[in-house]
Amino acid sequence: MQSKAQLVVPSHLVSEIISHCRKVYPHEACGILAGKDGVVKKVYKMTNIENSGVSYMMEPSEQFIIMKEMRKEGLDMVALYHSHPHSDAYPSPRDVKLAFYTEPVYVIVSLINEPEIRAFTINEDGVNEVEMKVVLK
Amino acid sequence: MAVIVRIPTPLQRLTQGKEEVESRPGTVISLINDLDKRFPGIGERISEGGKIRRFVNIYVNEEDIRFLKAEETEIKDGDEVSIIPAIAGGR
Repeated sequence: MQSKAQLVVPSHLVSEIISHCRKVYPHEACGILAGKDGVVKKVYKMTNIENSGVSYMMEPSEQFIIMKEMRKEGLDMVALYHSHPHSDAYPSPRDVKLAFYTEPVYVIVSLINEPEIRAFTINEDGVNEVEMKVVLK
Repeated sequence: MAVIVRIPTPLQRLTQGKEEVESRPGTVISLINDLDKRFPGIGERISEGGKIRRFVNIYVNEEDIRFLKAEETEIKDGDEVSIIPAIAGGR
């Protein structure tokens, strides 16, 4: 798959993602960013069934329902986000190993200091950073 | 009528880009074997040794097969089967 060069996220949605990550701290937060052509339009906050500070798995039935909803609304899963409460905003070996979906961009929020948010593609070309453009809307 | 199988994007390269394929009634595991005959390689991505992989979820219509009879869940004509890789990771 071709990597997307850019992920566009409205600033109010960036705030929503970060506040979700802070709320779930010290556990990892996770969610789906729905949109079109690399532009995020909606944040789905998901339940991390692992309730852990070092790993996450989205609740499968929630994931199933949200994927159907996105399909109905004509939205794509443009990105997936999760937090790293205790490490850098960079994909861990586990993130890479479990990146079954190669089309969405992987957004990672580090909460070590002030929240840091970065985006990556994870696919057969390895891990590559994607520019995250925050826009006012 | 047939069984409709929804293929997730990561596996569509094995189904020539098709999002949906048809299969025959039977058990979940027989359906996976049928898919693997027609789309070689897809079976091992979904199951291992006759068991669904840990990071793959399968739904028959609206039901997770783990709450039905897992691999032995019967699929009827007209049912829709969704194969959904988990979203997981972390550090």
